[in-house]
Amino acid sequence: MALAATVNGAVRRIPVWAVYALGVLPPVWYFYLGLTGGLGVEPIKALEQKIGLLALQMLIAVLAVTPLMRLTRINLMKFRRALGVLTFYYVTCHLLAWLVLDIQDPARIWADILKRPYITVGMAGFALLLPLAITSNNLSLRKLGPLRWRRLHKLTYVAALLGAVHYVMLAKGLQLEPLIYLAIITGLLALRLPMMRRARTA
Amino acid sequence: LPRGAAAASRYSTDAEPNSYEDITSYNNFYEFGTGKGDPEDHAGQLTTEPWSVKIDGLVDRPGTYGFDDIMAKMTVEERIYRLRCVEAWSMVVPWMGFELADLLDIVGVKPSARFISFETLVRPEEMPGQKYPVLDWPYREGLRLDEARHPLTILATGLYGKPMPNQNGAPLRLVVPWKYGFKSIKSIVRITATDSQPQSTWNMQAPREYGFYSNVNPEVDHPRWSQATERRVGGGLFSRRQDTLMFNGYGDEVASLYAGMDLQKNF
Repeated sequence: MALAATVNGAVRRIPVWAVYALGVLPPVWYFYLGLTGGLGVEPIKALEQKIGLLALQMLIAVLAVTPLMRLTRINLMKFRRALGVLTFYYVTCHLLAWLVLDIQDPARIWADILKRPYITVGMAGFALLLPLAITSNNLSLRKLGPLRWRRLHKLTYVAALLGAVHYVMLAKGLQLEPLIYLAIITGLLALRLPMMRRARTA
Repeated sequence: LPRGAAAASRYSTDAEPNSYEDITSYNNFYEFGTGKGDPEDHAGQLTTEPWSVKIDGLVDRPGTYGFDDIMAKMTVEERIYRLRCVEAWSMVVPWMGFELADLLDIVGVKPSARFISFETLVRPEEMPGQKYPVLDWPYREGLRLDEARHPLTILATGLYGKPMPNQNGAPLRLVVPWKYGFKSIKSIVRITATDSQPQSTWNMQAPREYGFYSNVNPEVDHPRWSQATERRVGGGLFSRRQDTLMFNGYGDEVASLYAGMDLQKNF
């Protein structure tokens, strides 16, 4: 486990604020590209999709922290809250791109949430992330107590599945990429099932 | 033919055409990949010379017609058409082409024919998207005979006065401006006259979402999004949506084709 020791040593030297500082940038960068022609001739859809993918990728990173530690001893636990908060930030940016730039019409936004299953699923995922974002501070952790806090934050699992299903549902035709995201997220969740954990330790 | 050299058409819209870059960099052509930029990135490798079209079924003179032989008999003109994609974006494209009816007259459609069907080239070694079962290849489309013979319906061979770019369906593609863009099948290698309604690719893939007719209709939503509005490509990050028009604004010309039909059912 020399690799794990090296990585863990490096992790100790990287401050958490650096993860926040770097993580905030991609949506801002995409927005800048969208303004200056870097996202092609239809920048609204491109911005929406790129930030949506960022959110899914960050969700995968969050879900990977625990299995990575169990399987390889690489410990990224220090960054997990930052990754979770950044996930919420990306999902919010994705939602805002859709609301403000794409749909534009408040009446239609509500109709779409009710009528279009992939939007209903996506919005449900966002709604589940809200209480997690609100309780992502030490004060909430103390107030809720670690047990209840941890139970609440298992909503991440449901939100991740909803996010992946949202992506599968909006693709036209049988496209590979959304299915790969769904498979990775399902796999990371499956690793948490008690029988999978027993099988590995046995 | 330089732009303007071809005869101007009374069927052209006076709307401002999208730029050449808009039209050639933002495409749905799943034979080259599902991303909007994939066709521009990958279609360059497609060999379009020589090219021939097999014309068969209920026609008097079936056969394999060379592209150049077809072009020698046709009068190409510029048609500036609105294009409305089923995904709720739109463009205005200055196509060069000839009326499909003129080609149908040359091959002679038998009185028993009621539909015309079309097929796109299958050549996975040059069309990388065909290596995956995203759709049931070959891409297929069809029109009712009266739709196919309508003067608005053209086979396009170029745009902006240039030969058709590969990503836009070189060398020969259908353009039916009052229907969603996917009906306007690209890189055609086969045209068949039939007496029964032909299969069409998106209809086979998701019949609830894509009907055989697929006329632009702001009142019939796609199950996953509204068709009431559209966004003109090329307007930047703060581009506003505009209302979608019935038959994409070609109602005066084509509404009579569907007199008495329930367009909610026959969507």
